[in-house]
Amino acid sequence: MSSLSLTVRDSSTMLRRNLLHVRRYPSLTLNLLLSPVVLLLLFVYIFGDVMGAGLDGGGADRSEYLSYILPGILLLTIGGTTIGTAVSVAMDMTEGIIARFRTMAIHRGSVIIGHVIGSVLQCLMSVVLVGAVAVAIGFRSTDATALEWILAVGLLTLVSLALTWIAVGMGLVSPNPEGASNNALPLMVLPLISSAFVPVDAMPGWFQPIAEYQPFTPAIETLRGLLLGTEIGHNGWLAVAWCLGLAVLGYVWSKSLFNRDPK
Amino acid sequence: MASSVMSTSRSAGGPQAPAAVSAVGLRKSYGDKTVLDGIDLRIPAGSVFALLGPNGAGKTTAVKILSTLITADGGQAQVAGHDVATSPDGVRAAIGVTGQFSAVDGLITGEENMLLMADLHHLPKREARRVTAELLDRFDLTEAAKKPASTYSGGMKRRLDIAMTLVGTPRIIFLDEPTTGLDPRSRHNMWGIIRELVSDGVTVFLTTQYLEEADELADRIAVLNDGKIAAEGSAEELKRMIPGGQVRLRFSDPAAYQSAASALREASRDDESLALQLPSDGSQRELRSLLDWLDSAGIEADELTVHTPDLDDVFFALTGGADIPNQPNQPNQPKETAR
Repeated sequence: MSSLSLTVRDSSTMLRRNLLHVRRYPSLTLNLLLSPVVLLLLFVYIFGDVMGAGLDGGGADRSEYLSYILPGILLLTIGGTTIGTAVSVAMDMTEGIIARFRTMAIHRGSVIIGHVIGSVLQCLMSVVLVGAVAVAIGFRSTDATALEWILAVGLLTLVSLALTWIAVGMGLVSPNPEGASNNALPLMVLPLISSAFVPVDAMPGWFQPIAEYQPFTPAIETLRGLLLGTEIGHNGWLAVAWCLGLAVLGYVWSKSLFNRDPK
Repeated sequence: MASSVMSTSRSAGGPQAPAAVSAVGLRKSYGDKTVLDGIDLRIPAGSVFALLGPNGAGKTTAVKILSTLITADGGQAQVAGHDVATSPDGVRAAIGVTGQFSAVDGLITGEENMLLMADLHHLPKREARRVTAELLDRFDLTEAAKKPASTYSGGMKRRLDIAMTLVGTPRIIFLDEPTTGLDPRSRHNMWGIIRELVSDGVTVFLTTQYLEEADELADRIAVLNDGKIAAEGSAEELKRMIPGGQVRLRFSDPAAYQSAASALREASRDDESLALQLPSDGSQRELRSLLDWLDSAGIEADELTVHTPDLDDVFFALTGGADIPNQPNQPNQPKETAR
């Protein structure tokens, strides 16, 4: 068997294993879905009028605010889902079965690749579910073309991949699932301090650079532009660069962690 | 072979069977702590080898190195003709490993665990189903096949673990403390399973802290202590390495004990339990002459027990920190020295 077909075959076996875990124990995934949905409802129905009033110099209403925050909520959904990935990777590493995999003549990276693909699929599933909630409460894309929809899905996939690789690294470096969940927390906190809920200009001056120069803001601005027709500018390239950079960093980091001698 | 190894069978074995596992000078340390301090092994194909040692002796580390889970700091090892360092995948294709901690996926069912292994061994679907059904049946797990493995008892998990190891029909199987934590019945079942494997021609490398287990199962035993192999040989050879048996005389009357002790100067004394120990090989002839002599000396013990050396004695003698006695006639109390 060639090494590529070995990789594909073993990785798809590992992917099936991970998807089986998700199917048998959906509670972890569903719990992580809860926070973006609650945030969405909270911000739209409780804070929506006030927050909306602060947008665009004061003209926006609740439904416009829903449109404004949805891109951020979707990225926050991805961040939250990848926390689950970090936890399940850390959990997996404490299991004896990983030692068994390491002593079998299988593609060595297949365990990790299985987690990565499984996590990206889960992220997209979660995005669809949270998106459906948003549509149910009145979100409509104003003028996105088919191409813009495709690019939006592509961007969400790329973000999922980048955050997943980082989450895998966090899962591998953590001694236990609890540690992994703490280490991966920034994946959900960063979107909160981006342009997800309020424009960066509306933040205190000292804080603006923190909100500006982090991966979520350009990704959110790009998604907003694709779905709602706002100005994307250089944010598109910035978002892609951030994602590729994080994905490569996460990949290299995870690989070196996984290839260490286990304890 | 290193000079520190007391091999009692340099000439045994006749024409050498090809080695399934061989190692020279294996070393491993974690920080300052040396876990393996240069061990040499040679395990003929088709035999059962037991690595025996107390907790922390380095047994698991040896298994981890030989099964390519971790890399050694020094030395060389070949498994199934492949070097563990330069050709780990060659080794992995030939071995099956059942580690000390259960290597099953608790979140999925026993059957799914088996099918997972079949997929990773690239068995065709039909073959995978057949092998899974067969092994589940052989290990008495058919009834529990559809339940999550996390709900299994310790013995069932261990059986599933070994069944998973057998999916790829490995030629060499590593079993790291296969019976630790099992109840007596499960332990005997496990022994039966291991014997069956051997009758199929598989080479078994097992570690254990139970002497009885090594005695029951292994063709050859190496005693690992402090990262070094303290002795190696068959169970019989090892037993011969330590001095012969003893006759133990126990008294209930301290006065009788004192007078017997002064009459039997060569006996070693155990003042606390009022017992004397005399070296003896336990043969009928020796016992009779001993009894005759006790009679003529007017010594009457309340209890007389004959103790022939077993692997416990060897184990304690070799791992208790005491020097290995090399004069078989010297009185010796291996059990006491270990305390």
